[in-house]
Amino acid sequence: MRTIDVASRSFSVVRVVRVVRVGSALVLGGLVLGACNLPGFGADRGATTQGHSTFHLFQFFAILSIPVLLSVFVPLVYAILRFKRRGDEIPKQTHSHIPIEIVYTVVPIIIIVVLFVFTVRVENKVTAVSAHPNLRVDVTAYQWGWKFYYPSLGITEYTEGNHYPDLVLPENETTTVRLVSSDVVHGFYIPAFDFSRYALPGVTNYFDFTPNQVGSFIGRCSQLCGLYHSEMLFHVSVDTPAGFNAWASSHSSNSKGA
Amino acid sequence: MAVIDDTVTEHVVPHHAEEPSGFYRWLTSTDHKVIGKNYLYTSLAFFFIAGLMAVLIRTQLFSPNNHFVSPQTYNELFTIHGSMMLYLFAGPFAFGGVANYIIPLQIGAPDMAFPRLNSLSYWLFLTGGITMLLGFLTASGAAAFGWVAYAPLSEATNSPGAGPDLWIVSVALVGFSGIFTAVNLVTTIMYLRAPGLTMFRMPIFTWNMLVTGILILISFPVLTAALILLYADRHFGTHIFTVAGGGVPVLWQNLFWFFGHPEVYILALPYFGMVTEVIPVFSRKPVFGYKGLVFATLAIAGLSTGVWAHHMFTTGTVLLPFFSALSLLIAVPTGIKIYTWVATMWKGSLDFKTPLTFSIGFIVAFTMGGITGVMLAAPPIDFYTHDTYFVVAHFHQVLFGSAVLAGFAGLYYWYPKLTGRMYREGLGKLHFWLIFIGFNVTFLPQYVVGLRGMPRRIAEYAASDGFTFLNRVSTVGAYITAIGFLVFIWNMWISWRRPIPAGDNPWDGHTLEWGTSSPPPSHNFHSLPPIRSQRPVWDANHPEHADYLRPPEPSRFSSRRDEAVVDR
Amino acid sequence: MKTEFRVYTGIGIFILVMLLVYFFWSGDGGNSILLFATVGLGLLPGAYLGWWSRRMEPRPEDREVVEPGGVADQLGAFPTHSIWPFVLGVGVFLTALAFVFGIWTAVVGLSFCFSAALWGTLSSRRGGLI
Ligand code: HEM
Ligand SMILES: [Cu+2]
Ligand SMILES: [Cu+2]
Repeated sequence: MRTIDVASRSFSVVRVVRVVRVGSALVLGGLVLGACNLPGFGADRGATTQGHSTFHLFQFFAILSIPVLLSVFVPLVYAILRFKRRGDEIPKQTHSHIPIEIVYTVVPIIIIVVLFVFTVRVENKVTAVSAHPNLRVDVTAYQWGWKFYYPSLGITEYTEGNHYPDLVLPENETTTVRLVSSDVVHGFYIPAFDFSRYALPGVTNYFDFTPNQVGSFIGRCSQLCGLYHSEMLFHVSVDTPAGFNAWASSHSSNSKGA
Repeated sequence: MAVIDDTVTEHVVPHHAEEPSGFYRWLTSTDHKVIGKNYLYTSLAFFFIAGLMAVLIRTQLFSPNNHFVSPQTYNELFTIHGSMMLYLFAGPFAFGGVANYIIPLQIGAPDMAFPRLNSLSYWLFLTGGITMLLGFLTASGAAAFGWVAYAPLSEATNSPGAGPDLWIVSVALVGFSGIFTAVNLVTTIMYLRAPGLTMFRMPIFTWNMLVTGILILISFPVLTAALILLYADRHFGTHIFTVAGGGVPVLWQNLFWFFGHPEVYILALPYFGMVTEVIPVFSRKPVFGYKGLVFATLAIAGLSTGVWAHHMFTTGTVLLPFFSALSLLIAVPTGIKIYTWVATMWKGSLDFKTPLTFSIGFIVAFTMGGITGVMLAAPPIDFYTHDTYFVVAHFHQVLFGSAVLAGFAGLYYWYPKLTGRMYREGLGKLHFWLIFIGFNVTFLPQYVVGLRGMPRRIAEYAASDGFTFLNRVSTVGAYITAIGFLVFIWNMWISWRRPIPAGDNPWDGHTLEWGTSSPPPSHNFHSLPPIRSQRPVWDANHPEHADYLRPPEPSRFSSRRDEAVVDR
Repeated sequence: MKTEFRVYTGIGIFILVMLLVYFFWSGDGGNSILLFATVGLGLLPGAYLGWWSRRMEPRPEDREVVEPGGVADQLGAFPTHSIWPFVLGVGVFLTALAFVFGIWTAVVGLSFCFSAALWGTLSSRRGGLI
């Protein structure tokens, strides 16, 4: 008795091939279009060059997940509709089907390799720290507030009661953030930059932002840090270099959070 | 294959003394079926308590700047909610409850290998659970540092009081309970199988429990050690996790997640096993790709010990490509399982009883949660979504999908075996639709609100954040889910008060547990059917379709060469 | 027993490979120790099982074909009930609570533990029946 069912084989293989073809067409299409006109799937488009790369990576993953999702849901729904128990007869006892099993092992591996390659590329871009940044900001997280110190300008901004400090950054210039915590673990998180990083006691973290969009955004603490975790907010203002310089000269005299 | 006759293998019932009854029986029994049921009742009670906390959490988030509970209470609520769901429900329900009850039956054993150790496991679990709840009665309140207890927030200076200590003791007790259960399961599966039940004839649920047991033995001791270190920091003046005395806070995260990621698979594999029992029976087909499934499970076990730091991508202290690659890879064996379930249903004869319906719900939820898991395995995407509601939605889709949708699939499936009675089918379906809709309404919006930047574990958000509408939807979904569980309780109540006898094998089951009476006698079997394949009970009931009539194994791999051999 | 041996050894070797890659790539000693211990958890039981599987006839549960009736009474006796696990559990619970509420609960708890250990052991010997 052969357990391989020829009819089901040809049908399934055709389907798999079709799904793969549709999927790769979508992916290629996405790449050709530069992915900027494609939907964002709810993600923020990222107001820094780094964040924008993250956004595209997310977009890529999301697009690729559509055929993957369909490769499960389409046969599932088909089976639900088509193979409802009608009589008492016993269906063919199929135990395995090696070609199908190979397909659903190898195709995911290929997808994973592709995803990994793109991931590493974006990861290197997002985590790169410039040797010569235009600006440096020292950020200290504490229960429950933030301190932003601009060493080159002598400006300090910090949380004061209900006043949330302002992290001011120049547009199109690279700012390196040096992040530490003075007590527990916090999360330095700017949703509009598609980025967060822990402020870890005992560890100094560096990362770069190159904002490419003027505007004001909200910053948050993402890692639970105790009672007032939800109120550890800050503002992020991206200004033109000229606007930034104006802000710097008006603030360097009175360095406080006003 | 040699021909053997169908004489029943006599299984000598071990002698046993008079058994007590009533309360004293509940207290003293070492029968895995009694202990298993105790585990089920207790873990379900914890599930309902933790579920109630979830409803309170969602109520607080219904409106911006809500003051339904204080921030301190809010932090306690989600901490104990998560801790109870993971340590006291999802795990114990699976390996203390279902596996404890079912595994000896599936492998034709009279009991677990160490019955009294089994009983001790239960008492440690119960007292550990009570210890966790005791936290609410202390002056300083329960622990409020999340189920992951990141140091130094969990240190004495930042979380003083008895509540955090109770949390530590509780998790340690439950951890020991889990280790004992794992020892018991692994030993039972390796040494008490019925004659003829080779490893590659074990049901997939048994396989998954073996691997789960191994993973528990790998990971739980690390957690226990970490808890002891944390306790020493809090009370003995050491500085292991504090910068002040030269300690390393991030060490806690490494230790915790070295336990924590295997743990999430410890909480998933048993449930994968349950649906792998349900789907073939309600499709009237054998499980598709049995060996592939076994290897996928083993691959998951190996890989899951090497991915812990994907929870620490944003610390800036871990080797990103290594952990990202392994985390992506783990999606492959996980995907194999999903395709296997669909392929098992393919061309089957699907009977949409409650267990199958729940299993399909599980596949839907788990596929989505798995795909977002793959996204999180990419460090840049994780930088963006880590500690936001996106992650909350991800792990609820996988965890609620496994522990609840698959878990209740298993519960409904084995309910007739446990009780000899049948639940009410209509109520079971109603239960499914309410919680399936409620669950999706709760968690799908959380992906969106997470991408918009809502961090997790915040007690309040502002009206200007734009999170209000989606949070309202989410809260309504939680209420719908809660109503679903009232239906479940009603179903259990009515099925208990007005029993409908189910018979020994109502589903035309395949595996050995369906070859004994419902509920099984003490020491499980008066006689065993002959075991010549993965599905002894199916073979006995459908001799013309029996598995042992199949051609021997290797022919599937190289059919042509085999035919040539026949020609010669 | 061969399959059990392969399962354990396989997991051990898999994690060994992971350990080597991780250690030489990251140079991180701390976590490598955890992985190293895990390798032991795979290889030690694996070696034990392999050693025995080579010196033993396949057990009945390892044989594909079993003659009916040939394997009677191999499973031994199992206890049906015992109060001592409960006593031990409560003892451990009280002892553990001492870490929160002070040493006095441990006094009661440890006495429970010792009596459970003593009587539990004795009762399992009595008359060969557990
Ligand atoms: C396809 C397989 C999976 C992958 C690739 C994956 C990946 C991840 C990643 C990378 C994170 C970290 C996200 C973050 O905190 O930023 C995460 C979180 C989480 N995952 Fe998964 N996951 C998978 C399956 C599962 C399963 C099966 C479970 C449990 C049944 C699970 C439960 C969790 C939990 C509880 C968290 C949150 C932990 C916390 O509180 O921080 N995941 N997952
Ligand atoms: Cu915080
Ligand atoms: Cu993980």
